[in-house]
Amino acid sequence: MLELAALLPLGAPALPLDEAGKYVAGAYIVFVVLLVVYVAIMAAKLGRIERELREVASFAEQRKEEREEVSA
Amino acid sequence: MTPSRTAFAAILAKDLRSELRTLQSLPAMALFSVTTFVIFRFGLDRTSLSGSLASGVLWATLLFAAVLGINRLFVAEREEGGFDAIRLAPIDRSVLFAAKVSALLVYLLALELVAVPIFAVFFLDGAGGLGPLVLVLLLTDLGLAATGTLISSMAVNSRARDLLVPLVLLPLAVPLMIAATGATEPLLALGGPSYDRFGTWLMVLGLYDLIFGLVGYAVFDFLLED
Amino acid sequence: MYGKGLKPLSIATVAMLALSLSLVFFYAPLDGDQGFIQKIFYLHVPLAIVALIGFVVGGVFAIAHLRTDNRKWDAYSYVSIHLSVIFGVAVLITGSIWAKASWGHWWVWDEPTLVSFLIVFLLYATYYPFRYAIEDRDRQARYASVFAITAGAFVPLNFMAVRMAQSLVHPRTFATAEGGMPGEMMLTFLCSLVAMGLLWTTLVKFELTAKSASGQVKRLRRALDAPVSGGSSRIAPEVS
Repeated sequence: MLELAALLPLGAPALPLDEAGKYVAGAYIVFVVLLVVYVAIMAAKLGRIERELREVASFAEQRKEEREEVSA
Repeated sequence: MTPSRTAFAAILAKDLRSELRTLQSLPAMALFSVTTFVIFRFGLDRTSLSGSLASGVLWATLLFAAVLGINRLFVAEREEGGFDAIRLAPIDRSVLFAAKVSALLVYLLALELVAVPIFAVFFLDGAGGLGPLVLVLLLTDLGLAATGTLISSMAVNSRARDLLVPLVLLPLAVPLMIAATGATEPLLALGGPSYDRFGTWLMVLGLYDLIFGLVGYAVFDFLLED
Repeated sequence: MYGKGLKPLSIATVAMLALSLSLVFFYAPLDGDQGFIQKIFYLHVPLAIVALIGFVVGGVFAIAHLRTDNRKWDAYSYVSIHLSVIFGVAVLITGSIWAKASWGHWWVWDEPTLVSFLIVFLLYATYYPFRYAIEDRDRQARYASVFAITAGAFVPLNFMAVRMAQSLVHPRTFATAEGGMPGEMMLTFLCSLVAMGLLWTTLVKFELTAKSASGQVKRLRRALDAPVSGGSSRIAPEVS
């Protein structure tokens, strides 16, 4: 019994498994959340780029029509 | 460097030193330091300091006085147009860096000449540690002068110039403070000065001075182009 | 063309992340004295290493910018530093969680690496207000490069100084009770490191591509004499 008890510090984790699990999970969750927030921000930027391209495209089409009217 | 440039550099350095109005802001900075010491006396509720407390109080005060002083020095020069005259001069910009660093170094040493004895009188039991402290002061000031010149030369052209120098300079100064307090703490110990790891800390300071001196020398050119 | 190669890169990143996560939870052995908490390290340490390398890389790009006067290097430098700062936030939070789990406090001053990292982070956090305070675009780019170079030189020096300030030598957290790192842990760690490195690179490329796309739209607008919309960022360099 004493030998087993002596070995215990070698194999004993700092916190019981279920409690430690929460911290580990927390750390990985923080990582995932940060990543997803970054993706969300970039998605917003992408949306803005799309909107601007749309504006520029319609402007260019408008210009083309005007030029055709003038030359016709 | 051609002889004429060397001469010019020397003249420039001397010129800078007087132009930097060391006399004008020095009494104010000395006063600031002494008042800060008084605040620490009451803040810490101590009438005598030794070891790490003494080291911390001294270096924190010197650092903040340095940061305030740096702003005053270069900002004033900018507003008087001194900067433009120098930029038009046909001189190697990196030499200008060396000149500014030396000017700032002299300023810091002059400040300490006043502040450190007063600190000793206020808080220290014996002056034994002050001799070797000079070496620590010298090396730390050199590091502060190098990074201070670099940062303030950039801050001078910005909008929030009085905020920028403390903001950026303080993290950069952390290794200096670590080494300076590390060396100073045993010097001001209660039983008398000891030299625990003194050489190592001096080497760290020297390394910092070397690295940032070189970095500043290399990039200063790019700061003055317009 | 910034978007080129982005797809294979992101696929590699996902694959590597999946692999390392599996290794962390199904393959790596349990640590001798830290137990399950040690698993945080497969996340925290690679993030830290990649962030620090990212800062130094930002400094290298800054050197390129000053030498070639090509604005694209400034954009590379900015994005590298920007992403490393974000990784830095993750490092500090995961480090804090680890500290709480190991020692019961949300912060400990005993871990020199964590403290050094905090100081480096605080320095790079000033990069944004620094850029913001300089109005002239050219000057802003140049000064930012000087900052990035100075800060890059600062990183190794800072780690050395903080480490020396520790009088106690703390047990390295990457060992089992016997003191060495077994092969399985090393493999898992290396996979995580590669995964984080790939992640950083992918995100940098991703952000540069987005900036480039924005830049192309602006270029198109100018070519067509179309009205300029909205405002552009005061600090983020443009890519075109």
